[in-house]
Amino acid sequence: MDNKKSMSVSTRASDATTLSESSAGLLRELVAHLRQNRTQLREEWARRITRAELLTAMTEEEIFAEATAVYDNYVEALETGTFEALQAYSRRLSERIIPRGVETDEVVGIVLLLRDVLARSLFTKYQDNVEKLNRILDSYEPAANRIANTVAVGFVEERERIIRQQQEAIRELSTPVLQVRERLLILPIIGVIDPQRARQLTEQLLRAIRANRAKVVVIDVTGVAAMDSGVANHLVQTVEASRLLGATVIVTGLSPEIAQTLVTIGVDLSEMATVGDLQGGIEEAERLLADRAAPTTQVREIAPESQR
Amino acid sequence: MEVPILRQGQYLIASIQSALTDADLSHLREALIAQVGRSRCRGVIVDVTALDVMDSFAVRTLRDIAHMARLRGAETVIVGIQPDVAFAMVQLGLTLKGVATVLDLEEGLAFLNRRTEERFLETKPKRPSERG
Amino acid sequence: MGEELRLSIAADVDVVEARQQGRALAAVAGFSSGEQTVIAAAISEIARNILMYAKKGEITLSLVQNGDRQGVSIIATDQGPGIPDIDRAMQYGYSTSHGVGAGLPGAKRLMDEFDVDSVVGRGTTITMKKWRRAI
Ligand SMILES: Nc1ncnc2c1ncn2[C@@H]1O[C@H](COP(=O)(O)OP(=O)(O)OP(=O)(O)O)[C@@H](O)[C@H]1O
Ligand SMILES: [Mg+2]
Repeated sequence: MDNKKSMSVSTRASDATTLSESSAGLLRELVAHLRQNRTQLREEWARRITRAELLTAMTEEEIFAEATAVYDNYVEALETGTFEALQAYSRRLSERIIPRGVETDEVVGIVLLLRDVLARSLFTKYQDNVEKLNRILDSYEPAANRIANTVAVGFVEERERIIRQQQEAIRELSTPVLQVRERLLILPIIGVIDPQRARQLTEQLLRAIRANRAKVVVIDVTGVAAMDSGVANHLVQTVEASRLLGATVIVTGLSPEIAQTLVTIGVDLSEMATVGDLQGGIEEAERLLADRAAPTTQVREIAPESQR
Repeated sequence: MEVPILRQGQYLIASIQSALTDADLSHLREALIAQVGRSRCRGVIVDVTALDVMDSFAVRTLRDIAHMARLRGAETVIVGIQPDVAFAMVQLGLTLKGVATVLDLEEGLAFLNRRTEERFLETKPKRPSERG
Repeated sequence: MGEELRLSIAADVDVVEARQQGRALAAVAGFSSGEQTVIAAAISEIARNILMYAKKGEITLSLVQNGDRQGVSIIATDQGPGIPDIDRAMQYGYSTSHGVGAGLPGAKRLMDEFDVDSVVGRGTTITMKKWRRAI
């Protein structure tokens, strides 16, 4: 997308050769100015950042170091008209500062400050030549806007990515598969189940069945407020898939409403082992496990090496 | 890809080594049924740990194996269905209803031992209507 | 997204090859191993249908992108007899070959997008896509 944009810009520029030449010349002059006054402008920018109480999570040295890098990337973007390096840098910068609690408005704020610092220095330099100042600003503005945009968008995207990752991690934490005793797993489901979470739960449960060599699983849905037919169907699939791995599923805590949903969508509840509450479910599970205890032990003695 | 069939005691064990074509699966079915008839074994274990996918054809073939073996007096158990494969199967609407499935070979042997024991302990033979 | 893989389906080994290639492509696109298996299973069903009802045909696998979402696209085409009643063919349990009748409805359930285009006497094209969940 970026490529397309800059392509169409350059096409337009070559259509109006004279204009583009002069504006390219102006940009060159501008870049030279920014290079010459690098030290002073950088310091001014860092000072303004501190004064505006932006990036408070960072030390002054850190702010100065990042400001230097952003400044250099900024000038380079102005000079070359390519934004890849700046984009990459702003992503890395975001990665570094997001964990320290830097907010989106702070990042947008510092980029706008830099624009302001540079514009002020241009005012000073060309204060005697208003006409030239205007032309310089005209060629500077669009590039500056794009730079601000690139940095801000990079930051927001990075932030969203991190938030999504965290949500994922929380989701996984909030759906524990518990092993209460050998070969018995409990999956307490709490909260709202959307299709994505339902799928995750099932994948986790099936892996846990295999890893723990579980024979019985109690899925407790007491904490589930509502279940649409999609999720109800999913529960049925989970019971069936568990059976394919050799585990019997007992569902506990089905509210009358959810039981009604299951019946309405045509789930044969008599095909599914259901027990009123979790305690009763565990007792039933213990009974099932006791039933198989004897022969299983026998075989285990014969083939202990195949145990994990 | 030929599936090796081993005999262990009263049981036949077919352990699939890789993804199978439909022809391989049909061949496995014929070979197993023939051997069950010849060897008068009591149980069949099909180890599908190495199967990458269980689609409608694979499920149909396994079900046929179980039914035909039962007609010849042998109980079948499918072992080693992988978690991902199981989940894809049920989403496809395939469940292997009426066929025993357990976690792995060890469980499969335990299952058949239990079944054989039960049958041995039964004083009167089962009526045919109760099987199948 | 230039990557595109065309596989001809004319024998049962091709069915295995197609689903294995599909799984590999799904892995490249970043799908979880569970989703890779789901994609492979859908390809297996559709490829087998080609073989069974049209004798031969082609499957094209490619990576697709929609905004910032990555996905895989599978297009299966044949010049076989076509499907006279698509609605019926899409019903679970409907089979003209004593099959389970799970292939088409099952594949639809496994994928996010599923489209059948079939003309009797001309052939069948099935287009299906699966998108990666947000990270
Ligand atoms: N490519 C195709 N060309 C012509 N007819 C087709 C094609 N694919 C499917 N059909 C028709 O649609 C029906 C349903 O297909 P589906 O895959 O759902 O079930 P099946 O192949 O009969 O059994 P299963 O896939 O469960 O073994 C088929 O029986 C067949 O009549
Ligand atoms: Mg089919």
